[in-house]
Order: sequence, then C-alpha cells, then structure tokens
Amino acid sequence: MARMATTRRVAVSTAGAWLAGFLIFFPILWMILASFKTELEAFAIPPSFLFFHWTLENYATVQERSDYLHHALNSIIIAGGSTLIALLIAVPAAWSMAFSPTKRTKDILLWMLSTKMMPPVGVLVPIYLIFKTVGLLDSRIGLVFILCLGNLPIVIWMLFTYFKEIPRDILEAARMDGATIGRELVYVLTPMAIPGLASTLLLNLILAWNEAFWTLNLSTSEAAPLTVFIASYSSPEGLFWAKLSAASTLAIAPILVLGWFSQKQLVRGLTFGAVK
Amino acid sequence: MGQITLQGVQKAFGPVHIIKGADLDIADGSFVVFVGPSGCGKTTLLRLIAGLEDVTDGRILIDGKNVVAVPPAKRGLSMVFQSYALYPHMSVRGNIGFGLKMAGLAKDEINRKVEAAAATLNLTPYLDRKPRELSGGQRQRVAIGRAIVREPKGFLFDEPLSNLDAALRVQMRIEVTRLQKQLGTTAIYVTHDQVEAMTMADKIVVLNAGKIEQYGSPLELYEKPANLFVAGFIGSPKMNFVTGESALQRGAATIGVRPEHLKIERDGAGGWPGTIAVAEHLGSDTFLYVDAGPLGMLTARYIGELSLHAGDRVSLVPDPARIHRFNEAGNAIRG
Ligand SMILES: Nc1ncnc2c1ncn2[C@@H]1O[C@H](COP(=O)(O)OP(=O)(O)OP(=O)(O)O)[C@@H](O)[C@H]1O
Ligand SMILES: [Mg+2]
Repeated sequence: MARMATTRRVAVSTAGAWLAGFLIFFPILWMILASFKTELEAFAIPPSFLFFHWTLENYATVQERSDYLHHALNSIIIAGGSTLIALLIAVPAAWSMAFSPTKRTKDILLWMLSTKMMPPVGVLVPIYLIFKTVGLLDSRIGLVFILCLGNLPIVIWMLFTYFKEIPRDILEAARMDGATIGRELVYVLTPMAIPGLASTLLLNLILAWNEAFWTLNLSTSEAAPLTVFIASYSSPEGLFWAKLSAASTLAIAPILVLGWFSQKQLVRGLTFGAVK
Repeated sequence: MGQITLQGVQKAFGPVHIIKGADLDIADGSFVVFVGPSGCGKTTLLRLIAGLEDVTDGRILIDGKNVVAVPPAKRGLSMVFQSYALYPHMSVRGNIGFGLKMAGLAKDEINRKVEAAAATLNLTPYLDRKPRELSGGQRQRVAIGRAIVREPKGFLFDEPLSNLDAALRVQMRIEVTRLQKQLGTTAIYVTHDQVEAMTMADKIVVLNAGKIEQYGSPLELYEKPANLFVAGFIGSPKMNFVTGESALQRGAATIGVRPEHLKIERDGAGGWPGTIAVAEHLGSDTFLYVDAGPLGMLTARYIGELSLHAGDRVSLVPDPARIHRFNEAGNAIRG
C-alpha cells in the first residue's frame, strides 16, 4: 500500500515537473517554430503548430540584412569582458567580507544591494551624458564597464554566500596540516570555491548576454550586441514576427547551448548550501 | 617526546577575559581531559595550545621550548575537530596524506604511511572514497587518521565524539584510548561528557569560567575534590550538599556526600529522614530522590534493586568516612 502510494506520488510529481518545464519552455519553442514559418503563417489564426510550410528564408533574410557575426562577437566581448572584470573585483571583495568580516560588513553588503533597487532608467540621462562627454557611446569598453558595474553587487553577494559556506574548521585543519596561505588557496580553498565561482560566472554571463536596457540605449551599431540586433526587427517597417523570431533564436542560441552543457554546474551552484 | 607546559596563559577577546591565567604541566605520553561547563573556555584553551589563537599573556612550552610565536603547523601537534573538518574534495587517502604532502614527503612514502594509518583504523577499504560517502564514525576515523599519520608530539581533540550516537561513541572512546596507549603520544581531549572524562583520562583538568579549578587523576577528583565546584561537577548523579546544623557539627560551612555513600534505612531514627519523591529502578541500580525537609532534596544510590517507592519514608545515613567538608569560601577542608 505505502509503496503504491509513493509510486503514484512520484508519478504525479514527475508529470507536474514535466508540465511546468513545458510551460516555461513553450515560449522559446514557439519562437523557434515561428522562425521557420513565413510571415503570413506566423500571424495565422488559428496558429499552426507543426504542419506548416517549413522555410529557412527568415534566416537568410536576417543574415543578409544585418551582420549576425558582428553582433555576436560584440555580445561575447561585452558579456565575457564584464563578467571577467566583475569576478576579478568581486572575488577579493567577497573573500575579505566572508573570512574577515568587520562591524560594517553587513552594511556594505546591504548598500551594494540597494544600488540594484533603483530603476536604471533613473540614471539613464546622466550616464548617457557622461558617456557622450567621455566618448564612450557605442563603444564596447563603455558597455563592458556599465554592465560590469551593474552586475557587480549581485556577483559579490553570490560569491559572499558561497564563501561563507566554506567551514572555517577546514581552513584551520589545513593550517594545522602545515599548509601555507598560498597552498591553502591552491589545494583547499579554490577547489571548494569552484562550484560557486562557476555558477556565479555562468549566471552573470547569462544576465549580461540578455541585458537590454543599457545595450539598447548606449550603442547603435559599432558596439551593438545581439540585443540590438533583435530589436532592429521590431522597428521601422512594422513588426515582422517570423524574422524577429529568427533573429531572437540566433541571439539566444549560444547562451542556450552554454546553459545546456553547464546545467549540472548551474543547478549545483544555485542550490549550493541547500543540500548538504 | 611531547611534554606540554602552560605558564600563566591568558586570553582575552577584546575586553572580555576568557582564560584567566592557566598553569598546567602535561607529562609526555599522558592522556589529559579538559572538562567544564559550556562556555568555560575549553575550546579556547585547546586552540591556544594548537596555535590557532594567539595568547594574550603567558607562555606555552612544548618540550621546554616556548612556542607562543610559533605557527600551528610547526608546533608538532595535530588536531581532531568536532566537525571532522575533512577536505570534501579529497579522497580519504588525500585527506590523511595532506599533511605529509605539505611537509614535502615523497609520494611512495606518503602512500606507505597513509596505508599504515588506514590499516590501524580499519579504513583500508575506503581509501578511495570521498568524505561524503562515509558514515559519521568512518569520517571521525579519517579525522583521527589525519592526526596520527604525521606522528605528532601531541594530539588535540575537541569533542571529537559528540556528533556520534551513543553506541558508536562508546566504541570510539575505547578505540581512541587504545590507540593513544599504543602510540604513547601525549593527548589533550576536550569533552563535557563526564563518563568520557573519567574513563579516558590519566589526568583531568576541571575548568570553570576560564580558571583551572583542579588538576588530578579521575579518582583524585572523585575522592578529594578541591572545592564545591569540582565536587558538584564530577560524579553522576551529583553530590548532595548540606548546609546548616549538620555541617556546623562537623566544623564546615557545607558538607557533601555522594549518592552512593548514603546508606538507605527504611525506618531508622538516625541520619537524615525524608520522603521518597521519585524512585528510579534500573535493575542494576536504584536511585532515590528524597525530600528531606529543611535539608532539601537528597539523592541516594543503591547498587542493585531496592523495593522502595514514592511516598515511602526513609532515613539516609552518610558514611562518615566519605563526607567532604567545605569552608565558607567553598574550598575543601582537609584532615
Ligand atoms: N572569537 C571569539 N570572540 C569572542 N569571544 C569568544 C570567541 N571565541 C570564544 N569566545 C567566548 O569565549 C568563551 C569560551 O568559549 P569556548 O568555545 O572556549 O567554550 P567551551 O568551553 O569550548 O564551550 P563548549 O563546551 O560549549 O564548546 C565563550 O563565552 C565564548 O563566547
Ligand atoms: Mg568547545
């Protein structure tokens, strides 16, 4: 009896998980499907699910009209660069706050988070003007800089919580075992911090890759990443669903692939500390 | 060799004095247990000896050499933590061998020593497992393996068995004692389990609020407690304390009698009369909690079964040779 009840419960929750997963994935699936439709079919009501005339024409048009590779390269540089710089700043910051906290550590952490509470549009004008004066408009450096600053509080918070999870006893055991600070770092701390570092890196990459507010407002062509590339299909001559979908599919493909291959790492990172 | 001496060791965290001057002489090869109530500074004292904490004042000598400025690893001591503190990403082999690797030993020598240590602790089948794949007792053994493999001058244990269940604790207690005798290495062991203290120790240090109340063999502490605190702390159930007339008659402010030294008489006129409030029958022992009126609650222990029950009137007669006398200040009066 009990076993049957558990089996049924497992079956129900499995079905529930699949359903939830499908619901979450559906918009992406729909977008991918739409990218293979003609503009007419993309609008058709009732919509056709699988039985439509599959075409690659949207991809061809998109590639012809705008330089995908140029934007993709910008995205890689901007997301990658801002993530790396954020990590370089955040690792020592989170480190010192986790391992030698002072009376002000809590306040500093809260202050950092509070900067994320202000809507970015509130500072758009001053930042735009500063960028214009300094000549950073439509430059990769400028975008790397602004995204790095924007994500820094979150990166520091995440790393701080990961580092806090590393038990002090283990570091002391390493000291008793005769490890110098350097060797403690190499043999004990880094291996223990890697899951946390990796998931922070991945999450930040995804956030930066998808960031649309600053990239849309501060770049036009030279430095424009994939977000700008997508947005360009929702303008001048009206909305082109199929082409927009093709552009979006192209834009999220790299990050989707990255996410797929690192899902184990991501999940472990996101649930780190929850499961002992 | 592993002779450890503390001379006037003090420790303050900011304005708070935690260790208020500890003097101690630990002979090479002996097993010394620190006991005391929670928060009395046992862990702090152990960490001072380990070098994980700096002394505020005083000297710590290991084999006659002052080590207060020597970093932990160079003191030649190894420590077993309450939380085990194993390196989660290393195998059992890696965990046990880490200290040797840091000391720069050759690979095959490390392997030889690790395998010898693992054999002593019955860990050989688990050498390639990660700590998370081990049971609590096995993890504890790995932690002990990590300590013994370095052949230190002394072991420091901080409540190493407190995370284990009762049965395993007894087994590990015996294993640790046997291992320490076999290796002949000085050991300092922190616990607040009295039974562990009494059974494992060659000598016990009773700590209270950062002060050493008494240092002696388990039987010395049991038979000749230096003061009220030690008298009340060592022994289970706790010693009975009686003040007033009975104490004054014997020239003391307080007298103490252990429950096992009270003779239970069913309707005797002598001694301390009272009514049984609770009777506990364990088969091997009978514990009586007796309401003795103005003397308060008294505990009596009888070896074996005694058919007395709550509500029965009894008289408790202290064994005159086993009465402990204490003065106003709470110190034992000898002679
Ligand atoms: N780093 C520290 N900073 C300030 N106070 C501390 C620090 N470490 C310990 N203390 C204080 O020192 C006192 C003794 O602590 P300690 O850990 O030595 O107690 P203990 O005897 O080991 O207790 P337990 O049996 O509960 O483990 C406690 O009151 C504790 O609050
Ligand atoms: Mg403690």
